Amino acid sequence: MNGLLRIALKLLLNDKGKFATLVIGITLSVFLMMQMTSMFSGILYQSASNIVNVGARMWVMDPAVQTPQNSIPMPNYVLDAVRSIPGVKFAVPFYVGAGLVRLNDGTYQSATIIGLDDASLFGRPAIISGRITDIYQNNAFIMVKDANYAKLGSPKIGTSFEINDHRAVVVALAHTPVPGLFGLPTLYTTYNRATQDLPSTRYLISYILVQPKSTQDIAAIQQQVKRLGYLALTDQQFINRNDRFYEFQTGMGTNILIMTLISFLVGLSIAGETFYMFVLDNLEHFGALKAIGAKSGELIQMIVFQSLVVGFLGFGFGVLLSSTMIAIAKLKIANYAAMVTYENLFMALIMVLIISVFSSYIGIRKVIRIDPFDVFRG
Amino acid sequence: MILTAKGITQSFGEAPNQTYALRDVSFAVDFGEMLYIVGPSGSGKTTLLSIISGILRPDGGDVVVKGTDIWKLDSDALAGFRLQTIGFVFQDYHLFPRLTTLENVAIPLILRREPWDRSLAEARKTLQIVGLAEKESLPPYKLSGGEQQRVSIARAIVAQPDLLIFDEPTASLDGDTGRKIIAFVKEHILNAQRAIIIVTHDSRIYEYATRIIRMEDGRIVPGTGVDHEK
Repeated sequence: MNGLLRIALKLLLNDKGKFATLVIGITLSVFLMMQMTSMFSGILYQSASNIVNVGARMWVMDPAVQTPQNSIPMPNYVLDAVRSIPGVKFAVPFYVGAGLVRLNDGTYQSATIIGLDDASLFGRPAIISGRITDIYQNNAFIMVKDANYAKLGSPKIGTSFEINDHRAVVVALAHTPVPGLFGLPTLYTTYNRATQDLPSTRYLISYILVQPKSTQDIAAIQQQVKRLGYLALTDQQFINRNDRFYEFQTGMGTNILIMTLISFLVGLSIAGETFYMFVLDNLEHFGALKAIGAKSGELIQMIVFQSLVVGFLGFGFGVLLSSTMIAIAKLKIANYAAMVTYENLFMALIMVLIISVFSSYIGIRKVIRIDPFDVFRG
Repeated sequence: MILTAKGITQSFGEAPNQTYALRDVSFAVDFGEMLYIVGPSGSGKTTLLSIISGILRPDGGDVVVKGTDIWKLDSDALAGFRLQTIGFVFQDYHLFPRLTTLENVAIPLILRREPWDRSLAEARKTLQIVGLAEKESLPPYKLSGGEQQRVSIARAIVAQPDLLIFDEPTASLDGDTGRKIIAFVKEHILNAQRAIIIVTHDSRIYEYATRIIRMEDGRIVPGTGVDHEK
């Protein structure tokens, strides 16, 4: 490190009060920004759990569908029509619905029921206990063993209960990569059983899961499905559609954005004001340095370096604090929806850089304007 | 000559409130001189000091230091020239309270991009010259006024400048300490390759001057060590 930057660092570190205020201010700001955006990322991620867990390349749905939880049933002919589109390797029906489970102790619990295509069981979860083929037994359901498993009394294989007044038997336990957002237990069964046992509208198919022959076929399939009056999306497009719904149509995105901006402004004001005070405290000495022969560029270099040091330290501590809080919360709260993403980190870093640039700018303005003649005039 | 100033004129403000701080001031300083610029408050001493040290651009006149017409240099070149040629001792010392005494003294060398360790080694030697070697790790605010002034002097001489500028060096010191400091400067700092210009109104230290210029109303009082015809 060159000597001037070393001097700048010592000036900063040795002013312990202001240094601590600067770092704590930026740390808190980053912590709040990370907490807000991580929470929102977690909500978005978990709200798209079905898309991720099923793993289908393409989803066909009613054009009014915005999220995987709110499907609009489609008639059976759509499935046949989709299967006949060139470029479709296979297409299977998929059911998502809510069932009311009556436990043996007489209590009720809502659950998500997923119906897999009887022939292929496409989109099935990873089995951790029992056999997937047992799903073809009478009244068979596969229970997802996740954070909501205990809500159905932590059933073992062979446990029975009622779903919408139909007998249900747990034949296997399974695991899915992403937990659902709404804290409901998930049960898998066949498409036919799901549509028979659960009260339904005239049309039954929630989604049609499509596997294209190749990536090049996707656009043509989407065009053909559009001519049928329906919408075909890739899994990523469906996730994006779900994200946009939560971001722009629920108010959640706006609230998170406002809170993030407030956190940013808190950091900006604390860091800006403290750094300004720090520069003011050293202003006459900077003037003396100018008189001795320091060039303005060198003083700017020192100030920018100081603001970047506190910025990066605050960023590091803020990320560490928010990651630790999220990790602890995930240990204590089963379905805690928060995740630190590279996008969140990048956004927080950009915000910190803006804080650093702003703080150094107001300091630089003062230092540039100081006239070494003032040092002589006292 | 190490310094020649010719026809220096400086005014502040706009007409009709314009006031002249300096009017056609000319003088020269030779190597080995300890020149005092004295006079009452408002006589133009500090303005003159700022102009001859390359800090305040004059309205008119030339300042030549070691053969360089300093006001023909651009601001960066002028800053570099000050760094290489002139050492400053400010009235309020202007030592960084968050740095050690040693680091404060090393600043001119650090500004010259000398390596850190070498700068500190030179600063240590200079602190020995001013008798403060044992205080090198203390921050300046833990030193007495006289000690701070000596640190300030050490900072001014650490880079071996040819010209030293002292602005009211005894203003914050008691009489005895002030005299000791100036006696020390004359004995240990002044030499044949260097000149020292001191602005002061402290008559107790006049005895150490090799020459005294007296100023009044922005002019040098004739017959006070300056050849006005030069």
